[in-house]
Amino acid sequence: MFAYYFQLGLRSLRRNPALTALMVMAIGFGVAASMITWSVFRAVSGDPIPGKSGQLYTVLVDNRGPQYNDKGEPPEALTYTDATALVAARKAAHQTLLFEVAPSVLPEGNQSLPFIAHGYATNTDFFGMFEVPFEFGGAWRASDDEGRAAVVVISHALNQQLFNGADSVGREITLDRHSYRIVGVTAHWDPKPRFYDLFSGNAFGDPVQVYLPFARAVDVEMDTAGRNNCGSNVDFGSGRDAWLHGECVWVPMWVELADQPAANAYRDFLTHYAAEQQRAGRFHWAPNVRLRDVNNWLDYKQVVPPESRISLMVALGFFVICLVNTIGLLLAKFMRRAAEIGVRRALGAPRGEIYRQFLIEAATVGLAGGVLGLLLTALGMFGVGLLFEPQIARLAHLDASLVAMTLLVAVVATVLAAFYPTWRAAKVQPAWQLKSN
Amino acid sequence: MQIKPILAAMRHHKAGTVLIALQIALTLAIVCNALFIIQQRIERMARPSGVDETNLFVIRSDWADKSDPQRIDAQMRADLIALRQLGSVQDAAPINSFPLLGSGWDNFIKLQPDQVKMTTDSAIFFSDEHALATLGTRLIAGRNFTASEAGAQQPRDAMHAAQVIISKDLAHRLYPDGSALGKTIYVTMGRTPSTVIGITDTLQAHMTGSWAGPYAYNAVLVPAQLLNDYTYYLVRARPGQLDAAMRDAPKALFAQSRMRIIDHKDGVMTFAQVRQRAYGPDRGMAILMAIISAVLLAITAAGIVGLTSFWVGQRRKQIGVRRALGATRRDILNYFLTENLLIGIGGVMVGAVLAIGINVWMVSQFEMARLSLAYVAAGVVALLVLGQGAVLAPALRASHVSPVEATRSV
Repeated sequence: MFAYYFQLGLRSLRRNPALTALMVMAIGFGVAASMITWSVFRAVSGDPIPGKSGQLYTVLVDNRGPQYNDKGEPPEALTYTDATALVAARKAAHQTLLFEVAPSVLPEGNQSLPFIAHGYATNTDFFGMFEVPFEFGGAWRASDDEGRAAVVVISHALNQQLFNGADSVGREITLDRHSYRIVGVTAHWDPKPRFYDLFSGNAFGDPVQVYLPFARAVDVEMDTAGRNNCGSNVDFGSGRDAWLHGECVWVPMWVELADQPAANAYRDFLTHYAAEQQRAGRFHWAPNVRLRDVNNWLDYKQVVPPESRISLMVALGFFVICLVNTIGLLLAKFMRRAAEIGVRRALGAPRGEIYRQFLIEAATVGLAGGVLGLLLTALGMFGVGLLFEPQIARLAHLDASLVAMTLLVAVVATVLAAFYPTWRAAKVQPAWQLKSN
Repeated sequence: MQIKPILAAMRHHKAGTVLIALQIALTLAIVCNALFIIQQRIERMARPSGVDETNLFVIRSDWADKSDPQRIDAQMRADLIALRQLGSVQDAAPINSFPLLGSGWDNFIKLQPDQVKMTTDSAIFFSDEHALATLGTRLIAGRNFTASEAGAQQPRDAMHAAQVIISKDLAHRLYPDGSALGKTIYVTMGRTPSTVIGITDTLQAHMTGSWAGPYAYNAVLVPAQLLNDYTYYLVRARPGQLDAAMRDAPKALFAQSRMRIIDHKDGVMTFAQVRQRAYGPDRGMAILMAIISAVLLAITAAGIVGLTSFWVGQRRKQIGVRRALGATRRDILNYFLTENLLIGIGGVMVGAVLAIGINVWMVSQFEMARLSLAYVAAGVVALLVLGQGAVLAPALRASHVSPVEATRSV
């Protein structure tokens, strides 16, 4: 019976071509607008490190005090002093600190021009904590951090560019005139949003190309290429050293804590650390610390651009209107066939059969709308670049799940829209219809 | 025209009536807000930058060897001499950031050294005495920097800001009575005072985010080139010679030294490109809202056509009877037009409330302005006109139903 009703549905699509075309277009446009904006929204609002996002916390300590901080919140990164001290304390299972760098790369030989590589100065824990996959080699050792070794991990793409994808572990690379030994090549790894460096506004930045030891980068006076926030009323004096040991924040720090008790214990440790700073006379206020996990941090930093949220909502509103439109048109389409329904009912078809027939017919319309919606979504993917910033637009793509979702949403929404018209159709009085013919 | 029989007839197809009214209401709510968003974004995009955009371009030069500050200083001075000597170039200046770039250096500005809260926030542009001539921004009071005032500093050095030139808007924010010239202000975040020696005409800051709205036209020019890992060069081409200047300038820089990196993709940008980048999200939003509004109106119109056609088809016999009883074609036409108008009026009344409701919610969620009632009024008129337009064809068809229909098949 299902196949037969489906066939009937297909045939009925052809019966009122104008009405059908209208419905299919309404559903197609509605679902496409929703899917295009949804594909962008899911890309910017997704969990960048599923499975582990609840165990990774960014560490914040108020070094400014209630007069100068932002509505009671500590600054969004740590000072060099706090970050290095907290990492050295090793109170979490793993801890890392980082700052953005942009060293120049001088390729070997004279044929290619120097270029800027984007990356981070960090420590060895970074790779394990954030589950960085490796193509060749691996992370540097903890002893390299302590020994301030000239080692570097490069990305798959940089390895491709410099060494044509060969195993380059053990080879040398020149960054800002200094030579570094490659210890690892990452596989493609580019979590979006880049949760670990929201401080510098890099949520959707270009992929990272190099990683080098934090202490080494500080030794060679590599300056941060990211944000540096000195807050208000901070006279750190003059020169790099004064800045380095001053109260400007520029170092995001992360810890890995397995469970809630561990997080509580770490928070206590942080409070204790801040209290110690207060006793030492550096802070003139009560400890004010935060431990924010990945999703909390993404929320706090409002990573999802308002454009993406607004456009998704407007598109959904649009889809709702398209469905209201569909309800009206289906009602017209079904009620036109009151006579046919009357005959079927008079010949003994129960109401259930009428429901089944018309809902399947509606599903057919929905499917046709879904197919149109799919085409429009695919088309829209080319146009996304016009609507959103390039770094966000490139995250939107049409994958299997989006295809399935487009069709499913179209069919389900249309069937839902068809309930009222079908109910009306099933209520048709056979006697009435037969009489008037 | 009698309204009563129309209302009586509506009671017989409540569902269709409610659906059309609902669709009109929702469409009005969304289209009003969408048009409002478009208008706001266009307004934002049309803000002036205060610079000579048609002739201006920027070059970003990263130092490949990250050499010591003295060498960077010397290299920058040599670069600038080379740029200024080009025939296609009117003037050139070093700068750390520029209007609409998006990233840069902003400081809290204070009137007193001990002030706890800032008076306002402002972009800090490190440049030299050529900055204003290169930007094409006029001084409206005071004087420009002299060549001897223009120095150089590293990012972490104390700011070389004994004399500063500030933008008109910043001057007004600090001294609303217009007396900023010659005053002492604090722009370094520290306790070192700066004297305002000049005030420029409108000059936009580099910040483009919505948080920076109140500070978007605050700029402080500091007479020092910033010795960083990279620098921007602002170059103003002679009128009509932008293309030539954009070709010549990188060549001239590479002739000075090859130990620099000028990105092939965005190392050299016209100001038009800078503007396009800065306002990309706004433009995208406006386009998306325009597309959605257009399609929405089309779908609503088509929906009205579809449902009214169905009603006309359903009531052919009744129309025939009316015609046979002496109703003119005009009466039939008016009947359907009036019926649709009544539904439309119901719809727009609900829609206007919805439109304002959505806006109030959006204002609370996103930093958005209040919807002006003019938009709602315009939307109401547009939807009523659209509805009447859409119903015209089916209504005309109805008016052509022949009285003979009344005699058939009853």
